[in-house]
Amino acid sequence: MRETKLAPRDQGAPDYTQYLHPLMAKNYGKWDYHERIKPGLLVHVADSGDKLFTIRAGSPRTMSADTVRKISDIADQYCEGFVRFTTRSNIEFLTGDEAILDQLIDAIENDLGWPLGGTGPSVSNIAHTQGWLHCNLPGSDAAGSTKALMDDLINDFKTENLPNRVHISSSCCQINCASHGDISIIVQHHHAPRIDHDNMQICELPKVVAICPAAAIRPKLVNGKESVEIVEEKCMYCGACHGQCPSMEIRDSETDTLSIWVGGKMSNARSAPTFMKLAVWGIPNTPPRWPEVSEAVQKILTAYKETGKPWERVGEWIDRIGWAKFFELTGFPFTRYHIDDGPEALSNLNRSAMVRL
Amino acid sequence: MGNNAKRMAMRTPMLDELESGPWPSFISDLKKYSEKRPVITQLLNQLNDSYETKWNYWQGKILNCSGYGGGIIARVSDKSDQYPDLANFHTVRVIEPPGWVYNTKALRNLADISEKNGAGIIQFHGMSGDILLLGFDDEGSLQCCEDLMNDGWDIGGSGAAMRTLQCCVGEARCEMACYDTMKATKHITDTFIEYLHRPEFVYKCKFKLSGCGNDCANAIVRSDIPIIGTWRGPMQIDQAKVAAFIDEKGLDYTIDNVITRCPTNCISLKTATKEIEVDDANCVHCMHCLNVMHKALKPGKDRGVTILVGGHRTLKIGDTMSSVLVPFMKLETDEDLVKLTDFIDEVWEFWNDNGMDHERIGEFIHRIGMGNFLKGIGIEPDPRMIKQPRTTGYIKFEELAPSRMEGERKQDPPVWNREPESSETL
Repeated sequence: MRETKLAPRDQGAPDYTQYLHPLMAKNYGKWDYHERIKPGLLVHVADSGDKLFTIRAGSPRTMSADTVRKISDIADQYCEGFVRFTTRSNIEFLTGDEAILDQLIDAIENDLGWPLGGTGPSVSNIAHTQGWLHCNLPGSDAAGSTKALMDDLINDFKTENLPNRVHISSSCCQINCASHGDISIIVQHHHAPRIDHDNMQICELPKVVAICPAAAIRPKLVNGKESVEIVEEKCMYCGACHGQCPSMEIRDSETDTLSIWVGGKMSNARSAPTFMKLAVWGIPNTPPRWPEVSEAVQKILTAYKETGKPWERVGEWIDRIGWAKFFELTGFPFTRYHIDDGPEALSNLNRSAMVRL
Repeated sequence: MGNNAKRMAMRTPMLDELESGPWPSFISDLKKYSEKRPVITQLLNQLNDSYETKWNYWQGKILNCSGYGGGIIARVSDKSDQYPDLANFHTVRVIEPPGWVYNTKALRNLADISEKNGAGIIQFHGMSGDILLLGFDDEGSLQCCEDLMNDGWDIGGSGAAMRTLQCCVGEARCEMACYDTMKATKHITDTFIEYLHRPEFVYKCKFKLSGCGNDCANAIVRSDIPIIGTWRGPMQIDQAKVAAFIDEKGLDYTIDNVITRCPTNCISLKTATKEIEVDDANCVHCMHCLNVMHKALKPGKDRGVTILVGGHRTLKIGDTMSSVLVPFMKLETDEDLVKLTDFIDEVWEFWNDNGMDHERIGEFIHRIGMGNFLKGIGIEPDPRMIKQPRTTGYIKFEELAPSRMEGERKQDPPVWNREPESSETL
């Protein structure tokens, strides 16, 4: 049986100091500069002159305990036992020993089988959600679609030939756990939720009513049972109620589609952070490899690579060339659905006579 | 569970399509590992079913280890008749080391705990920053929590709680870090650990901490309270290295990629001496010129943080971007850190007293107005909090309202309360 101590112990965050590579611990807060030696290989130079080499590789994020042990074997052999992960699920092997870099790279690429890259102006690993593997709300998969898309974008991961870095995110419902990106893929629903009136009693109905962003849900007695009804005209198919109550099924394997958004930016560099904007909608949800998504993403990347200026992120590039040019270069149709009718609707119109002709 | 699971044939024609190609395949990894943990065969078979039907087979349920109100993401399968060991197949969230740094002892420990109690599937990392361990039944989940805690780990957040924090690598390996992100992350986590483990807020509250405006922790739109490193006063400039940069890259490159890219036009180039001048009072610390001339330029020496508030993704009122709440605050000493957590406490108190169910801080501010929010938490308005003053003409000037018009105000600031005072106490 379980060996139980009295919980909670509320131990908090792990003591990170024990996990710092010795050169990180020694030069903590005393770094001078860094250089990208080649894609996937960085060197950080400290005030002391110490050099810490970082080899960044793309990880699948989801891995078996044996793979974690394989990482550990490599880190024990070459990295004094220290690694770290990045915000975008890349792994970073750390070493101060320049002489073993080739062997370390060989071990990562060939024993582990993970590609080097994701540094500088490249496509980094995709921030993604849980999907069909383990979420209760997804309309699509995430780890699998990420694998398929990164297979196609591998050259942009392994080289540094883009104007600036490209962050891609992929989410399986409108909650969009993977959040904004330079390019972002999201599931889109196309009709109101189906209410299971016989099973609505498992949900807190006042919360179901309150969570609707469109105020489209009203309490209603159905067949003598407490339930809700939906005002179809108001409902915008977001699925907020489905997250609150499993008896409000929003997903539809026949009609759900994917849309791609562009120009999200969290960095403050040059221009203020921005939300992503709708680029193309109605892309079919096609496991196992989602070729239509890949094709659309590559259209965006090709146009960005060809016409972006150094340091411009995707959103900054489009701001400079204008949206008309973006739609021309990518070939995506511009439709009335691209015109905002949400909270930012009026401020997203071109409120000037400044027009590219 | 795991190794006692029912063995069955792997049938994954759709997933097999994800085994080729240059990107590492989690399918191949898990297939191989399924020899050790046969429950994974059931998992992959169900995932393959999802690929064929485009339908999801997981439902949620609630499971907590004693004394905790979150951290276990419990999943039950709709197909448990077919895949009996997926009947309970849960995720345990684990608070990651700040900055996601590990030694191999810690990694092996996570692998062992994960394998001993369940399916042995690990994700580095979830979108809130947690380590995710997948595939435990009820008993395995609870034992996993015990094992984790015995080995010094702690369980991550879920629900209407303070969520697990995440931060960039910061001073551990970055020359641009303006404060110790790892230390601040640990301080906030540990100070408020009870709010992380026992959800008692109106809704979730996330922090992300970045050492500079490059925001590698993705704080500004993905967290309710982003804490971003910055500096006051002069940027550090090494003019000899500026000249070396110009010699290497050329004048045209320097003009096109540094001088003209400054959002406030505060850099000027002295071509004769190959030096630059920065109008520091007008610098907004965006980081661009430092990124490009990263050997010549460094953040100034008087460093601290800008605290923002209100970021969250679309549900429910639409996306909200965080905005400036505290333009500058020192964050160097232990006293500074305590000042920070005291301040957060005040923000939380006002939000939780007045926020509605499922109302993130950004949505709360949207509803009551930033002016009222500032009054509620006791902060003076500062023009650096806004892009421009209001353009809306309808204003309630409290000071100018005649007293007979003022009426009775029950609350100051005037925030509509979700539970209006009634006579039920009589």
